[in-house]
Amino acid sequence: MTVLVIAEHNNLSLNPVTGSVIRAAGLIDAEIHVLVAGTGCESVAEAARQYEGVSKVLLADNAVYQHHLPETLAPLLLPISENYGAILSAASTSGKNLMPRIAALLDVGQISDIVAVHSPNTFVRPIYAGNALATVESSDPVKIITVRTSAFDEADKGEGWAAIETLDQVIHQDKSRFVSENLTTSERPELAGAAIVVSGGRGLGSAENFQLLEKLADKLGAAIGASRAAVDAGYVGNDLQVGQTGKIVAPDLYIAVGISGAIQHLAGMKDSKIIVAINTDADAPIFQVADYGLVADLFQVLPELEALL
Amino acid sequence: MKILVPIKRVVDANIKVRVAADNAGVDLNNVKMSMNPFCEIAVEEAVRLKEQGLATEIIAVTIGEEKSQEQLRTAMALGADRSIWIEQSGPVEPLAIAKLLQAVVKKEAPDLVILGKQSIDGDNNQVGQMLAALCDMPQGTFAFKLAIEDGRAIVSREVDGGEQVVSLALPAVVTTDLRLNEPRYAKLPDIMKAKKKPIEHIRPDALGVAVKSSLKTLSVSEPEGRSAGVLVSSARELVEKLRNEARVIP
Repeated sequence: MTVLVIAEHNNLSLNPVTGSVIRAAGLIDAEIHVLVAGTGCESVAEAARQYEGVSKVLLADNAVYQHHLPETLAPLLLPISENYGAILSAASTSGKNLMPRIAALLDVGQISDIVAVHSPNTFVRPIYAGNALATVESSDPVKIITVRTSAFDEADKGEGWAAIETLDQVIHQDKSRFVSENLTTSERPELAGAAIVVSGGRGLGSAENFQLLEKLADKLGAAIGASRAAVDAGYVGNDLQVGQTGKIVAPDLYIAVGISGAIQHLAGMKDSKIIVAINTDADAPIFQVADYGLVADLFQVLPELEALL
Repeated sequence: MKILVPIKRVVDANIKVRVAADNAGVDLNNVKMSMNPFCEIAVEEAVRLKEQGLATEIIAVTIGEEKSQEQLRTAMALGADRSIWIEQSGPVEPLAIAKLLQAVVKKEAPDLVILGKQSIDGDNNQVGQMLAALCDMPQGTFAFKLAIEDGRAIVSREVDGGEQVVSLALPAVVTTDLRLNEPRYAKLPDIMKAKKKPIEHIRPDALGVAVKSSLKTLSVSEPEGRSAGVLVSSARELVEKLRNEARVIP
């Protein structure tokens, strides 16, 4: 039965994590529709139809959908959900916010954060901060799923022949109102999809010292991440946090600087292809997962690395 | 204002769990159990609202086996006025938890439900959103700041790439993120006092809820482990390895 993917976007461009969700959706069924709900988001619909496997894009374009409030989106989705065998979104903050609300209204469970699809009703998902992997089978008529996008490659782009169909339904509600948002703008790649991530921990010692990391990240074209300890200490904003309750990343190269490697942090980065650890403490647990470890003072090593690259 | 705080008993956050030998789950024998860290933050936030004079009563509720009453006692030592223990053994899926909580919401009519955004065992991140849907309440998930103004909850939320603020009509559901507050430790006199606070014992059928399951765990396995690699002696050697051995930088 057809699968519906909820597009992740900012009304202007489609977030490439949607491509990873489409890849996962293709493992459930060959027929995929994508829902783009927002305002002035034709360009997002246009980008969504480019993915191979997508046969239809549903476009709900209205000011009420601008901020993707789940109180507005869930009622929009409810009447169309019976057409689908599964509805998928990224396990992003917006996906996590919306999907359980839809699941409850449909009286079905949700399968959170899947990392593999074994069959249209059997999935693998991490539990206990990724210390165990559960293979679960759902008996629900509609599978509501969030996808850990770092576990799936972005879907291939094809000819872009998918039809765009407009959803005219407009949902009005006043229980939840958008007030404001404050999004970090950065020249650097986004943490979730970056090929290289340079992450700092408490060892950095201050917000000012994080600039040392920024210089290295700029040399490598890398995104910046942080441990919870660094976020708690106020060195950087929480949107940079990598770990069980922050971002889950799996870049080609992850450089952990001054990070001890608590299990909650490892849960967010241990699927990276190559892990580098730089720490003065030779006994830090981060060295147990690192492909290359350097026991040294980061304040000495960072400028050296920057000069060598 | 009445606040309902659903909490959960989970494996302590500092324990690294092991997969059971029969691959049916994780080994929970003789493992230290605690209140889920996000639930502690929820209790703390409710207590702060009461201290500010905004809340009049805090009710903690949990669903679980007999021992989960320990976590209710902790919640009451931290400041909850009374508790509800819904007795249910074995794992309960998020939708069933949300339905049980919905029944409690009907009974207690709280103005605000504050709960953790996820429990660190199942890592589902579902119950708050599901409860809000079932009760037709607005939701403020992943909150790092909460204010009550003119009968609405102003919730500052942690979202990918930054922050978002929403204004919710009460009653509402708020789920907590780590930065919301730093939970206090219970003081000995408060722990003693909590022993006298009431726990109401209810069974799911008394709430008119049939606890159902739609997700079967076929197996639980250990993720592929990573083994420690090599130690390098200098920045120069590291760059050389990354370039020529791992080939991850140009």
